[in-house]
Amino acid sequence: MIVYILKRLATAIPTLLALVIASYLLMHIAPGSPFSSERGIPPEVLANLNAKYGLDQPLWKQITTYLWNVVAHFDFGPSFVYKDRSVNDIIAQGFPVTLTYGSLSFITAVLVGVTLGVTAAIKRNSWLDYLAVGVSIGAQVLPNFVMAPILVLVFTLTLHWLPGGGWSFSDPRFWILPVIALSTSYMASIARITRSSMLEVLGSNHIRTARAKGLPNRKIIFRHALKPALLPVISYLGPAFVSMITGSVIIDVYFTTGGIGKSFVDSALNRDYAVMMGVTILLGTLTILFNLVVDIVYGWIDPKIRY
Amino acid sequence: MALLDVKDLNVRFATQEGEVHAVNGVSFALEKGEALGIVGESGSGKSQLAFSILGLLAANGRASGSITFDGGEILNLPEAQLNKIRADRIAMVFQDPMTALNPYMRISDQMAETLMQHKGLSKRDAVAQAVEMLDAVKIPDAKNRVRLFPHEFSGGMRQRVMIAMALLCKPDVLIADEPTTALDVTVQAQIMDLLGDLRRELGMATVLITHDLGVVAGFCERAIVMYGGQVMEQSEIDPLFAQPTHPYTKGLLAALPRLDADSTMTPIRGNPPNMTGAPTGCPFFPRCDFVKDICATTMPPLTTFAPGRARACHRAIEEVAA
Repeated sequence: MIVYILKRLATAIPTLLALVIASYLLMHIAPGSPFSSERGIPPEVLANLNAKYGLDQPLWKQITTYLWNVVAHFDFGPSFVYKDRSVNDIIAQGFPVTLTYGSLSFITAVLVGVTLGVTAAIKRNSWLDYLAVGVSIGAQVLPNFVMAPILVLVFTLTLHWLPGGGWSFSDPRFWILPVIALSTSYMASIARITRSSMLEVLGSNHIRTARAKGLPNRKIIFRHALKPALLPVISYLGPAFVSMITGSVIIDVYFTTGGIGKSFVDSALNRDYAVMMGVTILLGTLTILFNLVVDIVYGWIDPKIRY
Repeated sequence: MALLDVKDLNVRFATQEGEVHAVNGVSFALEKGEALGIVGESGSGKSQLAFSILGLLAANGRASGSITFDGGEILNLPEAQLNKIRADRIAMVFQDPMTALNPYMRISDQMAETLMQHKGLSKRDAVAQAVEMLDAVKIPDAKNRVRLFPHEFSGGMRQRVMIAMALLCKPDVLIADEPTTALDVTVQAQIMDLLGDLRRELGMATVLITHDLGVVAGFCERAIVMYGGQVMEQSEIDPLFAQPTHPYTKGLLAALPRLDADSTMTPIRGNPPNMTGAPTGCPFFPRCDFVKDICATTMPPLTTFAPGRARACHRAIEEVAA
């Protein structure tokens, strides 16, 4: 098991390397540069700027220098656009925010989604099932850029219950609206996957065996059906967790939470090469990590999988 | 009074193509300690008949009629009351041991939960009894292997585990639904021998559901031949083989492979009937060599013609048996 995990982590290195090189190249192929929006820069100033940030170097040199700084000093470089901030600062400031509302959204989505899905499957074709399916389809088709303003309209402008924006680590009232807005569509997907997989498991032979043993329904569901029914949900949860904790530009913009979801999009629009690379590496690392977590959980649930 | 008395049992399934009539007016009785065979080809309704006894039909299935067990009606009982009978008094062995065991649970847990549920045993005592039962079904090194998962057993071993699991509470009735169909021929014989020994040892009444007349001949005292969800013939074993009185039974016997050099295997022509919609006439008439006009419109009643023997056919016995 430990050998397997180490192996997987070792293979993550070339994967990340390929990710860095590919993103770096793509970024430079794209037209524009970090300084192209500042009009009327004299050519000699532009040359100085390029020299300062190392953009006058050949591409391979830029990549190797960048990689060296990252690996040896854990330094992702200065932002090209916000002159006084480094990428490390931007991530250190934004990531805790998205990590907080992302994790909370994740927990909410899993708890509500799985409960809805299981209930719908057990009470198949009852009003509860229709309600659960209806709610989850509703949540799925309502995009969060529609959801967010509606939430603000209802809970902030009309009811005056919750702040409509901003962020505070000490005041959970700031967390609620971002969490609702971010979690609903994930919750809906989880509910749908859980329902259909639960229905499939409930029709399987080993569940009939469990019924023939005279076990009460509760034990059949929780001891025999839930584990296999959650396997497809878990493989969905790995990537979903990563995209939740790295935030969403919609949430960051509507609720001015200051998370890295917005930094990522801004950096792409501004050609802020260093921020873009920093966030890409963060996303890539997390994705690799949580795919590994999913595989470990799989091995823990399914005895046929042994590492 | 019979231990298990099935009267005019009907099983219907609501499907998109219409109502499937899986079992139509089947009646039979099972005495204490008796071994009864229910024979028929795939789709004859024999498995659904078995499932309806324990209330295990799929969600779209409905059973009607009457099933009394030990004097009390058990058909369509509420789940809570059925659960007291399931496994404890009437147990079941399923067809496919590859999928009938829970692949995500250790054998010890799967077996122990039955005893904990019905006998109120502690986990430790339940596992100890499970090991004893695995010994009884001749699983080598049961003490250690009880900790394994189903996929770590071969098919034959898994069916032994299934049988051990069904016998844990020493039930009065064991329903074995095609217990050997998914297994190799050599393993089949071992499993049937094992079932026979255990049945005698525990004095269990057994319902053996199979398409294999050969298996029935070696195991049962009495057999019911089903076709299209209805009883075609019902008889003690020896006369059934010596002198089948129904064209379908005759066809089944002719389709058995035999080792005598001069006899050939003759399959029954045609295919099993479509069970959608209410049956009209005898379900076997399209495939019957003895068909008459009336067969297409009227189902002959099951008529007793000798002690312990009954048949449902418009033809006279002499015409068929000849």
